[in-house]
Amino acid sequence: MLSIKNLHANIDDKKILKGINLEIKPGEVHAIMGPNGSGKSTLASVLAGREDYEVTEGTVEFAGKDLLDLSPEERAGEGLFLAFQYPVEIPGLSTTNFIKTAVNEVRKYRGEEPLDAVAFLKLMKEKMAMVNIDQSLLSRSLNEGFSGGEKKRNEVFQMAMLQPKLAILDETDSGLDIDAIRIVANGVNKLRSKDNAVLVVTHYQRLLDYIVPDFVHVLYNGRIVKSGPKELAFELEEKGYDFIKNEFKVEA
Amino acid sequence: MNNLEYIKERYNQLPSINDLNGLGVIRQKAFEALNKMGIPTTRHEEWKYTRIGSFFNKEYQYQANQSTVSANELSAVRLPGYEQANEMVYINGRYSPELSVIRSKGLTIQPLQEAARNEYKDIVSKHLGHSSNYLKDGIMALSTAFVQDGVFVHVKKGQIIEHPIYIYNITDARQANVLAQPRTLVYVGENAQVKFVETFNTLGTQESFTNRVIEIVVEKDAITEYYKIQTDASHASQVATTHIQQIGKSYTHTVTVSLNAGLVRNNLNIVLDEQYCEAHLYGIYLQQGQSHIDNHTVVDHAKPHCESNELYKGMLDDQSTGVFNGKIFVRQDAQKTNAYQSNKNILLAEGASVNTKPQLEIFADDVKCSHGCTIGRLDDESLFYLRSRGISESTARSLLLHGFAVDILEQIKLAPIREYVDKLISERLEFDLA
Repeated sequence: MLSIKNLHANIDDKKILKGINLEIKPGEVHAIMGPNGSGKSTLASVLAGREDYEVTEGTVEFAGKDLLDLSPEERAGEGLFLAFQYPVEIPGLSTTNFIKTAVNEVRKYRGEEPLDAVAFLKLMKEKMAMVNIDQSLLSRSLNEGFSGGEKKRNEVFQMAMLQPKLAILDETDSGLDIDAIRIVANGVNKLRSKDNAVLVVTHYQRLLDYIVPDFVHVLYNGRIVKSGPKELAFELEEKGYDFIKNEFKVEA
Repeated sequence: MNNLEYIKERYNQLPSINDLNGLGVIRQKAFEALNKMGIPTTRHEEWKYTRIGSFFNKEYQYQANQSTVSANELSAVRLPGYEQANEMVYINGRYSPELSVIRSKGLTIQPLQEAARNEYKDIVSKHLGHSSNYLKDGIMALSTAFVQDGVFVHVKKGQIIEHPIYIYNITDARQANVLAQPRTLVYVGENAQVKFVETFNTLGTQESFTNRVIEIVVEKDAITEYYKIQTDASHASQVATTHIQQIGKSYTHTVTVSLNAGLVRNNLNIVLDEQYCEAHLYGIYLQQGQSHIDNHTVVDHAKPHCESNELYKGMLDDQSTGVFNGKIFVRQDAQKTNAYQSNKNILLAEGASVNTKPQLEIFADDVKCSHGCTIGRLDDESLFYLRSRGISESTARSLLLHGFAVDILEQIKLAPIREYVDKLISERLEFDLA
């Protein structure tokens, strides 16, 4: 589904990603872990199409398309979703109007008819129940004055509404207490199926207690330096990132 | 002959002072002031960024025939909800009793000339022309020099005027360039409530220039809402002055919506002249093409314990230009004043510009005041957030800009007018409301 080959990316001429290789197949959950500054969020941003980054080398194929050639909205249309580390507050735009516009623009991209008011409401109610989000939150301006937990729950709700093939969770656990992490993770787990995949980007292992990965990759200094089964996350948690840093010191 | 010379000639043709029921003195003084000051140029501090001199270098018809606008033509510019509204119609600056509809009890409308000599004469002599204390320039004097054409609106004490008052300023520029000077004095009696909505429309393709002055006196325990909607043609320009004097503990709420026209200069003055007055001032402007919008506001805290809240927001596209100048005076007596002011602008094109200048002049020492202004572009991160959800760049821009306007829209408390303005703004932003 997603095939990243030798991906290099810069921001303001500073090299951040220095040759990433990663294959994700439908039904899989991958976790990318790594110390601060290793390039985790950059990878998430480059995949979603944030314009601050310049891809200098490599390819990314997503669902048979050259991902890097698509605009952010086209990527969403193809089924890519990024749950933001810092969801943006947008005054004056209700979450409901926003998500309705998003759902129908994505449907348009896929050549489907827009949902009418009744069908949209039905879908919304179903997904609200699934991710445990309250109506009162959705009638407010998008993320405006939301708590950290509410913002992240709203991200998962959007994911539920857009039903992506690949969801990238960028540090979704940051700033959340353990109860909020559990609620958000439960939402993500309910959305998992054999046809879609999840890429969890995180600094800590704790989120992976709830969203259990099939593969764990360690990102360090712009490269994936180690990959393994979920047990690798426990090892990292136990030993800290220093053991990675020491092991790969020479290359750094 | 240039316009100003022609206007002066018209002035001299008017009946002599003695015939004008006490309005003569005020007219004479204004005419002298006009001769002395002339039409303001950009050397005048209050007109630094707004150039109106060119409007007076060409020929206009003044006090043009007003019977040229038919009832059908009026219908085309009526506001939603008019079936339930009082309607005041001005054609080429003069009030048309034939086209106007007054439904509400306790609402009296008559020529200023009459009001100046009947039971209202004390009100008229006390309050007419109060705005010239704040606007010392020739354009204000020009209006007052012809004040005998003005209209007096009286809202009776204790009367709640359920039906809003829609004011239509229609200029018929089908035959020639037209200058119009609609002039109104409103008195809102003690414990009365009234809502105004004012619009401007030019018929035809010749140029129009409107020099509008409305003075509103608000008594104790009265509530006044005033909404101005400017959607005129690009060959129509105006200086529109709204002067509100809160002479008793009262509440006023104004929203100024400027969407279209050539050049628009709004003066909004609010004088808080009794303790515990409250005033709310909101504005939204969307400009495109070569249009120019200038909002000059003055809030004068003359007495203690008053509160004023001001928020103006603007979006400027193409080569349009904007000016915001907000003055707040807090007089020495006006302790315990709360005064807030903010102006926020988004520039949508390289060629668009805005000059914003908040000014606080505080002479009291126990007050809470704040002011601020921002000029920026659309936020990239917000745009990326929406696009990452599959929303196209153009729709995302529309959603964000509409969102920027929403808190001003919400200040329009008359539902049919709020929906109407929302529709106008949404159409402009190519934003689908549904």
